[in-house]
Formats: sequence, C-alpha cells, structure tokens
Amino acid sequence: MNSLAEKRKTYQDQLAAKAKKTVIVVGLGTCGIAAGGEKIWSAIKGEINNKKLDIEMVYSGCVGMCYKEPIIEVHKPGMPRVIYGDVNPENALQILQDHAVNGKVVNDLAVAQDPKEGAAKLPDVPVLNELPFYKKQVKTAIAKCGVINPDSIEEYIAFGGYEALEKVLTGMSQVEVIDEVKKSGLRGRGGGGFSTGLKWEFANKAQGDKKYVVCNADEGDPGAFMDRSVLEGDPHAVLEGMAICGYSIGADEGYIYCRAEYPLAIKRLETAIARGEEAGLLGKNILGTGFNFKLKIKAGAGAFVCGEETALINSIEGKRGMPRVRPPFPAQSGLWAKPTNNNNVETYANIPNIIRQGSSWFASMGTEKSKGSKVFALTGKVNRTGLAEVPVGITIREIIFEIAGGIQDNKKFKAVQIGGPSGGCIPEEHLDTPVDYDSLIALGAMMGSGGLVVMDETTCMVDVARFFLNFTKNESCGKCTPCREGTKRMLEILETICAGKGKPEDITTLERLSTVIKSTALCGLGQTAPNPVLATLKYFRSEYEDHIFNKKCPAGVCNALLEYKIDAEKCKGCGSCKKVCPVEAISGEKKQPHEIDTSKCIKCGSCIEKCKLDAIIRG
Amino acid sequence: MSNVNLTINGQKVSVPAGITIQEAAEQIGAFIPTFCFDKDLTAPGACRICVVEVAGMRNLPASCVTAVAEGMVVQTESPVVVEARKMILELLVANHPLDCMTCEKGGNCRLQDYAYRYGVTGGAFVGEKHEYLPDSTNPYVYRDLNKCILCGKCVATCNAVSERGVINFAFRGFNTRIATFMDADLKDSECVYCNRCVAVCPVGALVDKNMMGKGRIWDLEQKQVTCTFCESGCNFNVNYRDGKVVGVTAANAAAGRPLCLKGRLGINFMQNPDCIEKPLLKKDGEFVAVTWEEALGIAPILEKLKVINK
Ligand SMILES: Cc1cc2nc3c(=O)[nH]c(=O)nc-3n(C[C@H](O)[C@H](O)[C@H](O)COP(=O)(O)O)c2cc1C
Ligand code: SF4
Ligand code: SF4
Ligand code: SF4
Ligand code: FES
Repeated sequence: MNSLAEKRKTYQDQLAAKAKKTVIVVGLGTCGIAAGGEKIWSAIKGEINNKKLDIEMVYSGCVGMCYKEPIIEVHKPGMPRVIYGDVNPENALQILQDHAVNGKVVNDLAVAQDPKEGAAKLPDVPVLNELPFYKKQVKTAIAKCGVINPDSIEEYIAFGGYEALEKVLTGMSQVEVIDEVKKSGLRGRGGGGFSTGLKWEFANKAQGDKKYVVCNADEGDPGAFMDRSVLEGDPHAVLEGMAICGYSIGADEGYIYCRAEYPLAIKRLETAIARGEEAGLLGKNILGTGFNFKLKIKAGAGAFVCGEETALINSIEGKRGMPRVRPPFPAQSGLWAKPTNNNNVETYANIPNIIRQGSSWFASMGTEKSKGSKVFALTGKVNRTGLAEVPVGITIREIIFEIAGGIQDNKKFKAVQIGGPSGGCIPEEHLDTPVDYDSLIALGAMMGSGGLVVMDETTCMVDVARFFLNFTKNESCGKCTPCREGTKRMLEILETICAGKGKPEDITTLERLSTVIKSTALCGLGQTAPNPVLATLKYFRSEYEDHIFNKKCPAGVCNALLEYKIDAEKCKGCGSCKKVCPVEAISGEKKQPHEIDTSKCIKCGSCIEKCKLDAIIRG
Repeated sequence: MSNVNLTINGQKVSVPAGITIQEAAEQIGAFIPTFCFDKDLTAPGACRICVVEVAGMRNLPASCVTAVAEGMVVQTESPVVVEARKMILELLVANHPLDCMTCEKGGNCRLQDYAYRYGVTGGAFVGEKHEYLPDSTNPYVYRDLNKCILCGKCVATCNAVSERGVINFAFRGFNTRIATFMDADLKDSECVYCNRCVAVCPVGALVDKNMMGKGRIWDLEQKQVTCTFCESGCNFNVNYRDGKVVGVTAANAAAGRPLCLKGRLGINFMQNPDCIEKPLLKKDGEFVAVTWEEALGIAPILEKLKVINK
C-alpha cells in the first residue's frame, strides 16, 4: 500500500536531480499561447539545439500574471528561480545566453525571484511573494498552476498529489469524508455558494444503484477564466477531487463538462485521465482498494445556459441544453435520472488540500460564513490583469488597488462588475466591503464564478447594462416566457435610451420587468439577468436620467448623445482634424480656429485622435 | 399517501401529499391559468403563467410543478401574481400578430382568454416581432409560428410516439422556435399529419387546415366519436355546423395513442358530391347504373339459389 509513497519519493528525487540542471519553463496556458508563448518556446528550443546546450525545457500553465505574459522562468542551480515577463523571441535568447548560460540575470525583464535555500538572493529583483500582485494572495487551489508541468502526473505526485485520495480510500469512511468537507465550510465556487459538504451528503443519502459525479467546466461568464487556468495548469487536482467525491457518495463514474472553446484544457484533461489510469489512480480498482472511478469528458458547445446544472445534465444526455424544473435536484435525480453530484472545477480543486491539510486549516481562512480562498479573474481597466487567489473576506479595494495595481492611465475608478452577467456593479462607496457570498448579495452583486471586471470614469453605466443584457438575451435558452421575451424587451429599452430616444417611463418599465423576470423565470439565468440593470439603476440612476431627460451621456460613450465641438481658444488652426474627417464636416482657415458642422459630423472620433492640442471636445 | 394541510386564498384545505399547488387549487375551484401544463402529457414549467404567491418563498413558484407542503400559505391571484401574469401576457402579446378577428382559434384560445381576464390589450412594449412565413404547403396542418407561444406541448405529444419526434425546439432565446429536422416545411419532414399537435396547441399556431374557414368554436357543435377504421380506437371530434358535418378533428391524443389521417379523412366519403349510390358497369363504352347482383356477376347464381330455396 505504500507504493504511492514510494512513487512520490522517486519522483521527488527525480525533481531534485532536475534542480541540479538548468531548466527553462515557458508559460503555455491559453494566455501564454495567445501572447506568443509558442514562438518563444521554438526560439529558445532552436537555440538550445543549435548550440547543443545542456538546458532542459518544460512548459507550465498560467501563473496568474497574465499582464506580464509571455512569461518564462529560469531555474539555474545555485540561483533563485527568476520569472521574466513581456518576453519576446529576441530577448528570450538574451535571457537564455545571459542568465541560463552565463548566470547573469537580465534585470530589465526580471519580474520576480523566488528565493530558495542555498542560493543567494539577487539584489535587484523583487521577491515573488513580496510583489504587490502577490503579497495579499494565498495560493492553495491554484498553488501548483504555473509551477508544475500539467501533463506530468509524476510532478503532481511529487507535490503530494493523490495523497488525499489514498488517505480517503485507505482510512476514511464515506461519512468521515463528507464530515470533513462540511467542517471545512467550503461553499460551491460555481456561483451559488451552496455548502459542498451538504450537497455531497444529499447525494450520499440518495438511493440508487448507480450514481454520477459531474464537474461543471462550462465557464461561460464573459471575463472569467479561473476554471480554464486550473484545468490547464493543474488538471489532476480536479480529477483527484472528483474521485474523492465519487468515493464519498458511492459513484463509480464521472463526467467533466468542458466547453469546446477550451481545447487545451480538454487535451490536458485527456492526458491527465490517461496517465491517472495507467498509474492505477483512476479507473478500475484504484490503489488496489477495489474502488472504481471512470472519468469521461463531454465537450459542450459553449452555451452559457449549459453551465446551469440541469441544462448541463440535459446536454450530457444529448438533449437540448434547457434547464429542468428543480426539484427534483440532481442529488435525487440527475444524470440519466440517477443521483448526481455536480460541482465547479475550483470546488473540486480545493478538495485534495482540505483532505490533506485538514478542514480546520481551510476554515482558518475567510469570514464567518464564507471560508477558504477564492480565485478571481481580474480584467478591465486595471494595471495588472490576471488570476489572483485571495482569502475570502478581503476587501474589494485591496483586490483592485493593491493586487491589480489600481486603474490604468491614472484614470478614476468608477465601478466593478462582480459575478458577470448575473452579478451587479459595485461603486466607489462600497469598495471596502469584504468579498464574501453574503455581503456581495446584499449589495446587489454576486460572487458568481469569480469574474471581476473593473470600469473607469470613461465607462457609461447604461451602456454596461446594455452590454450584459445583450449577453443574457442572446444566451437565454428560450424555454420560459419571462426570460425569453422579457430580456429582449429590456435590451430594446436600453438600446433606445443609449440611442437618445429614451422615454420618461422607461426607468419604471425596466424596474417592473426586472421584478417580474427575477421572480418568475425558471432558472438562474433569467432570475439574475436583470441584476446588471438593477445595480446600475441603484448606484448610477442619474446617468440613466441624463440620457433620458437631458439627452446626454456623461461618460461620453453613447454616440447618439455626443456632439463634437472645437474649442476656439485652444485651436491653433493646424488643420490636422480637417484632413482626417471622412465627411468634410470640419472647416476653417489655416491658423484660424476651425469649426465642426454637427449636421454633417458622423461622430467617428477620428478628429479627436489627431488633435494634439486637445481642442476637440466630445460631450 | 398521507394528506397535507395548506391554506389557499385564506381557505384551509387538506389534500393528498405529492400533488401540485395547481391541482390543489383546482380542487377548491380557485382559478389558475396554464399554457404549457398538460396533466397527461407534459409539465415543463416553461410558460410561467401559472405562478402563485407562497408565503416565505423568495420567488413566485410555478404552481403546475410545485408540490404542496404542510402549512403552505398560497395566494393564487394576489396583486404581485396579477402583475406577473399581466407582464407575461404583455410579453407574449407584444410578439403576436393579434389578428384575432380572423384567427381560426378565436373563442378557443387560451391567450385570448387570459388576456381578457387580466385586461391585457398589447402595446406595453413596442419592438421586434417575429415575421416567419406560415407553413401552408401541406393539405392538413397550417402552421403559423408567429402565433406560437412555445409552450412545447406539440413537441411533447409528437415525441410521445416513439417513431415520430418530427418536431422539436430549435435556435435560442428570442429566436427559439419549433422546427422540423433542418427547419423544413412539414411536407418535407417525417410528419404523418396525425394532428396530435394541432389537438394540443393552446393558441392558433397549429390549425387543422381542413377546418379553415368552416367556422369557429361558437359556430360549431362537437360530438366525440371513437374511430373504427382500426383497432387503436382513437378519439375524434365530429364538427357540425347547422346540423351538417363540416369536419372531423383530432380530439385528445392521450399518451402513446396514435391518431391518424384515416379517421379524419373518412368524412370526405360522406360528403363527396360524386359519391355514387349505385354500382356502375361499362356497357358499350359508357357507364350505366346496374344492380349489385349484376355488377358482381352473381345474378345467375342468385336466380338458381332462389329456385333451390323454393
Ligand atoms: C445561467 C447559469 C450559468 C452557470 N454557469 C456555471 C458555470 O459556468 N460553471 C459553474 O461551475 N457553475 C455554473 N452555474 C452554477 C451551476 O448551476 C451550479 O450551481 C454549480 O455548478 C454548482 O457547483 P458548486 O456548488 O461547486 O458551485 C451556472 C448557473 C446558471 C444559472
Ligand atoms: S430563465 Fe431563461 S435560460 Fe432559464 S429556462 Fe427560462 S428561458 Fe431558459
Ligand atoms: S401532425 Fe403528428 S407527426 Fe406531424 S408534427 Fe404533428 S404530432 Fe408530429
Ligand atoms: S405550436 Fe402550439 S403547441 Fe406547439 S409550442 Fe407553439 S403554442 Fe405550443
Ligand atoms: S402552466 Fe405552469 S409553467 Fe406553464
């Protein structure tokens, strides 16, 4: 039975041996690949081959610093691990030559060093854990993302992987496992925040000759990529979590429902499942204990509603992805009408740590009712976009202004959308709210899956509401009347307001529609679809009123409400604007203030970009 | 099963556990509108017109799919319920042709009935409406999806016959519609024109083409008959206008029951003006009326039989 422990020892030794070699790691998550990581890989690889250098190359998933991609790391014996950002094929070769070969760190490109025993700290490179981006983070669920090679089960095992599964299978009863998960206080990371332990208990107690474990990897929120990063960076953690769940509820089969737009995640999952089966850690007779757990992947076509668990189950069954009425809940009657437990990717990824390190360790993080850590995807107008895992209960301000480094171009913060299209925006005055399930709901937002979209002063909140309603309207499955027809009408009203044709009664109509849709729609999609409108109405009502009554868009976004004018004081008559105007709306003599004929102007904005004196006003 | 006690509109009731709020309300005669619910067919909880208010619940549950529970306090037509139903009807009507004056279903349409009850006139929302071409290329079913409210009953009844499943939901959101494979007209689909779907459609989206222009519900008298063409014994309605049969329509298509064309088309024999009363025999290139004995060529035999009998 200590074969796993023996394996771990072997793999750790192998890793230690590797540490005696120079290794270059290239970040090849989707973010790294999108930024050009593969070109860098080839460039370095080519050079190593050409010069026959004794340097090993490996790849990893996303380390979270998407704002610095492409990222590479250099591990040189006797030196701290150094992370380089904004790498391109040319400077990659410089890093290779200077650092990997000659041991001289390229300070201009070094983002951070990760000190290690027996290696002198570098004087001019910040320490990873002291970076503002990292200082307030905790790394548990995504601790191994970007650190291990996701395709290597050996590395996962060397880092303690499958130890939790072994512990569960060889020494814990089903009830003990469920109790441990319950005590940890873990709540579902897929949005709703339901107690994971309780959910497992329901599925455990449900009668059935066959049960299923399902992993929701649909991740449909615009701006969310936490689950993708976990699947690409540490797929075994999810598989191990699912297997532990399978044991505790009495299921021998599991499905991972992953959107087809995540080809890399699917590939890594396939590899991980195959390696897991070969190693006897998945599949039949796991670790010789007689427990079987077979995993399958189902690629979804990427409809947002297929993230709703009953629609997801329909979709796995090959039916149209439309939600079912609940109850019965999946725990009673789920996949093929069998008791089914469905959790989110991140939820499962937390499980091995909870089992290994104990529920009290997990529960020591977070607030009274929301425990542990949560991964957020930081996007929008912040200086540092990326993936951050923080203890639940940290304030929104800390996330945006410390971890994400505040607003780009020194602009003013306006609002942050939390919870994607189902959530709401939170304005400046609530920035000190702790991020936990209940506080966010109280503000009209939602934890959601962890997408955090930051908006600055140049964002029009009516336009934001319109954006999200357009999303939900398109993603509505069409089954129930309020969502199918109601979101369409809400969108139409928002569009008329943005087009400057808003009517005084529009705000009331929006509020009435919101109330009815929220209270009558069949599934969570419809029930939360009005949230972006309600939240913007709550905190930015005057912007709606400006659009409707004063025919003005204060943020200068809604084209129909804008007028371009030239400030005669500032204009020196250089004529650059006149040259670019595609409809010849600008006239004026050389060196004399110019003028815009608003009846001709099509508001394309070309002139404003050309004017070096900021003499053109949009408003 | 044991009983549960609940209060509906202030009235205490005791009903069997496991039944729905809608069924419980029915027992005490409290009105709840329904579009998508059909006791024998389907309960998708889709249309949401049947929502009610239940004390302590965050949302308004759909009564057709929500089971009663001990101590429940239900309001079937409180102001919030009325507001929700009105809004749902306004939304349906905003995307409806509203040509009720010429619609075959006039007087027999739930949308019309409920709009009347809740005072919904349309016009609350002006925006995009569907502009589908009606499918009129087959002789039996007239399909106008502009009138469809997507209750899904037609899909359920068509799919209840295992080898059919001719229609299903297609597309998403506002563009969702009922479609055949590859969105073809019925005539190019596997449809067998059993008209089960027509029998369940609560609005004028599916109409029996043979009945078009022959009168509306208030013009007709209906008598249910059991078809004798085959051993299935389906139920049909024989429709009379001014005492004369004008058509046979499919009645309730109970689960698994095949309705078919034979039964409904039988009427054509009844009213065919060319219907012959006597057999015809070609004599010198012309058809002439003859007796059955002559037509069947058994006249000489009959003659002989008569002789023997004497
Ligand atoms: C419209 C809609 C979309 C959803 N999308 C997702 C998703 O992409 N991923 C996810 O894990 N949960 C999603 N959910 C939540 C799931 O229905 C379900 O609650 C969740 O997967 C449960 O897992 P958890 O308890 O681990 O959070 C969605 C819900 C709704 C209503
Ligand atoms: S709320 Fe929207 S997505 Fe959910 S069932 Fe109704 S139509 Fe479909
Ligand atoms: S007529 Fe019969 S076969 Fe044709 S679509 Fe309707 S139910 Fe299906
Ligand atoms: S055609 Fe009729 S029965 Fe079919 S979904 Fe539409 S309204 Fe319902
Ligand atoms: S009748 Fe209840 S939801 Fe349609």
